Amino acid sequence: MSTDQEYRYIGKGISRLDGLEKVTGSAQFVHDMAFPGMLYGKTVKSPHACARIVSIDISEAEKMPGVCAVLVGRELPYKVGIYMIDKDILAKGVARYQGEPVVAVAARSELAAEEACAKVKIVWEELPAVLDPREGLALAAPLVHPELASYSYMKGVFQPQPGTNISHHQKIRKGDAEKAIDQAEIVWKTQFYNPPVQHVAMETHTCIAHALPGSQARIWTSAQSPFTVRNLFSACFGIPHQNIRVHVPYVGGGFGGKAGIHLEPLAYLLSHKAGGRPVKLTMTREEEFGTIPSRQGLYSQFTTGATRDGKIVSLIATYIWDAGAYADYGVNVGRAASYSGAGPYEVPNCRIDSLVVYTNKVFGTAYRGFGHLEVLWGIERNMDIGARQLGLDPVEFRRRNVLRPGAKTITGETISEHTGRVDLCLEKVAEEIGWSGIQTEEERAQARDSGKLRGKGVALLHKAPAMPVFTSSAALLKFNENGSVDLLTSITDYGQGTYTALAQCAAEELKMPIERIHVPWESDTALTPFDWQTVASRGAFMGCKAVMAAARDALQQIKETAAQILRAPVGELVCRDEAVFVAHRPEERLSYREVVMGYSYANGNSIGGPVIGRGHYIAQGLTHLDLETGQGLPALDWTYGAHGVEIEVDLETGEITVLNLATALDVGQVLNAQSLRGQIIGGVVQGLGSALLEEFRFSPQGRLLNAGFVDYKIPTSKDLPRKMSQHMILTEQLDGPYGARGAAEHPMISIPGAIGNALCDALGIDFFELPLNAERVWLGIQRQRSVLQNTLPRAIMLPQAIKLPQTVHLDRGGG
Amino acid sequence: MLHEIPLYTISVEVNERTYTEKVPAQMTLLQFLRERLCLTGAKEGCGVGECGACTVLLNGKAVDACLVLAVEADQASVRTVEGEARDGELTLLQRAFIEHGAVQCGFCTSGMLLSAQSLLEKNPHPDQEEIVEAISGNLCRCTGYVQILEAIEAVALGREEGG
Repeated sequence: MSTDQEYRYIGKGISRLDGLEKVTGSAQFVHDMAFPGMLYGKTVKSPHACARIVSIDISEAEKMPGVCAVLVGRELPYKVGIYMIDKDILAKGVARYQGEPVVAVAARSELAAEEACAKVKIVWEELPAVLDPREGLALAAPLVHPELASYSYMKGVFQPQPGTNISHHQKIRKGDAEKAIDQAEIVWKTQFYNPPVQHVAMETHTCIAHALPGSQARIWTSAQSPFTVRNLFSACFGIPHQNIRVHVPYVGGGFGGKAGIHLEPLAYLLSHKAGGRPVKLTMTREEEFGTIPSRQGLYSQFTTGATRDGKIVSLIATYIWDAGAYADYGVNVGRAASYSGAGPYEVPNCRIDSLVVYTNKVFGTAYRGFGHLEVLWGIERNMDIGARQLGLDPVEFRRRNVLRPGAKTITGETISEHTGRVDLCLEKVAEEIGWSGIQTEEERAQARDSGKLRGKGVALLHKAPAMPVFTSSAALLKFNENGSVDLLTSITDYGQGTYTALAQCAAEELKMPIERIHVPWESDTALTPFDWQTVASRGAFMGCKAVMAAARDALQQIKETAAQILRAPVGELVCRDEAVFVAHRPEERLSYREVVMGYSYANGNSIGGPVIGRGHYIAQGLTHLDLETGQGLPALDWTYGAHGVEIEVDLETGEITVLNLATALDVGQVLNAQSLRGQIIGGVVQGLGSALLEEFRFSPQGRLLNAGFVDYKIPTSKDLPRKMSQHMILTEQLDGPYGARGAAEHPMISIPGAIGNALCDALGIDFFELPLNAERVWLGIQRQRSVLQNTLPRAIMLPQAIKLPQTVHLDRGGG
Repeated sequence: MLHEIPLYTISVEVNERTYTEKVPAQMTLLQFLRERLCLTGAKEGCGVGECGACTVLLNGKAVDACLVLAVEADQASVRTVEGEARDGELTLLQRAFIEHGAVQCGFCTSGMLLSAQSLLEKNPHPDQEEIVEAISGNLCRCTGYVQILEAIEAVALGREEGG
């Protein structure tokens, strides 16, 4: 196993490379960019959740001063989408969510564009909307996409159900879950709800598109994945890839919300219609909430069976996703969450049905952790509820069921010594919060007089990257005249610290000072090498692997040239301290600078040439999941973790204060101690947002009521736990760079479960719905008082049952 | 101009340089800085004074530049993040932000720095609670604030040590 002493840079707390530009305000985001002749785009949006467009009158808008282009959907014969090509660029015929763009204007100023938008007249005919995915599954439900059968989609991976609102049905079948439930000694049932929430990157979505002669396009965009933008843009318009150039400079946060394609096609069409002037299209914060996709909501339902001594024998789970009006990443969220959908536990019999359901709401997309925060809210509360049924300590119940080497996951993958140790994560956080078991009712009663109750809880987590089997990264190491290096990658560093980690890796491998490695902070599909996407905690893993390969390639080139000059075999040359030398005669050396641009002998003869190291990495051994059983190998690497929390609840206000929050992750190896700590704290606090504060609220007509920071609160500096600690477990990932595995998304997963479990410990009340804001907790406390006084039945504590309608035939047994 | 909008002449000192410009009444100080002076360090995160990404110092006081009209800044002195480092020498806070890992995506950073700078100029030895309060109007979605608070605290303590 590797240790810190072996490395000069890996594992160290190297400060991020872009710090200087960011603290001086010189880092340029798309938000800050402008070009000569640039126009500004604005859109008119649907005020209805679902409505037919009877007529659109743009005649007055077109006459407004400064207006250069007005676009309506009917003139755009294009559809866009990543897994399911289901979305018009502007609504055509029907608008499917409130906030959906219907008309777009490009004008010489934002104000002129806004004023023109105000002059657009649209006649609407409201249609019945699907606002609850459970109702959307009913036989008689209106169809959000009646044309579903005609859409193209990624076949062999997704399973849309034409004639229904189901865009994907993911099945996991292991053993015989029903039979095992029938025979289980203890069976319990639970159900949970997660509301839709927003990513809230501080830089809203923005892009500049320039339609150039000869079907060429240039795009500058605040996006995570330049090549995905290019690929989907190409598919949408039929423009060949080489004609499309996508630039991604500094990006002000992403969290998955900028993973795919969003505003780029519309900005391009506006530019085209405006005669080829560049057009900038920027979302206001209100549009960021109401127009740009969010994290979709989830209803989850579990039936769990266990032996009397606390071994889980079966789990049947149903996940119903409130995916909103378009599939986007939502179908893949429903897929990825399924193969993690039993938690980090050994479950011998398992059946999961994950149904991604179209509704007439702002649609869902990727959000840090990709379905995992959502399903693990239920899974981890379900574990505590199960422990209570069994009369077991919740930590002990987990101990008896966690995945250990030799266990098989629900998709049939065998856990090895090197997969990661969730058991160690559990023990660490239990120790850190001083876990001593669930409080008794007597203990609670004693504390109740103080007006504040304390509780502790733990929750486990796991996640593997959700990515196609062919996911790849590439890197180029381009030497400069002075022997320094430009590291070229198309991974996007929107704050995670990936570029710093890649530079550390390059410096480590090339045996040179990190100060001499430069990472240009702009991806450019024409100049930087291909990378699939910056998502799923795979950037540092796969990026470092590509950089390591590129470094090997560069060193080989250096040695081949040096071997001629030093008259020694390549195999006897060694590189260290920016020099290449003969192993047993270190004084026979050449600095990199002397070799990397080619070498000239005294008489002028020259050899070698500019050194450019090329490296790539592709995920190894992944398989498609069987469509009927979900069996296969979906995971590049599993990162396991646990959170332990202690909270205090104010009985009068319902407010929760987090006193202590300990996180343990099995990261395999620390690449950069400072960035890792930043990722964990940042993720934990984002998880606290999901746990305690954040939810979209809709009117009965499906209008988003809290599209702004006044009514949608995210954590501020005042909302932090009193104490937070981070603990790394280092079980080497054999194929990971230096043994490391991904860790950027994981910190936010299972924060809600840990808080919910602690809340139950404090109050003796089960909460099933997020967020656990003061209002919900206070109402729970009032209901409990009523129950204690026998004025309300206990059943009122349960959320509305998930009723599965007749259209969904959840076949029994394994497939 | 697209419309016949009346313009007002303002004279504003920004980062110790005086600019005299004609501006429409509805132009915000943020638009003036970003669009007229091309000082894009201050960002617009919400445009309604809720996120603090546009924080600048107006006569030494931290304000949301999106809530101040350019005409209100007439005869005033404004400091933006671009004016903080002198001759390539970073301020103590800027250095601390880099060293403590207080920066991730960087979009909130300039506003954070100026809120913290304003605090430290008024109160060189703030306690933790005062630091938390000073940046509570600046939203950050990446860092979880801890490393930002640590950076500011390090500067506060450093000054204390330096006497």
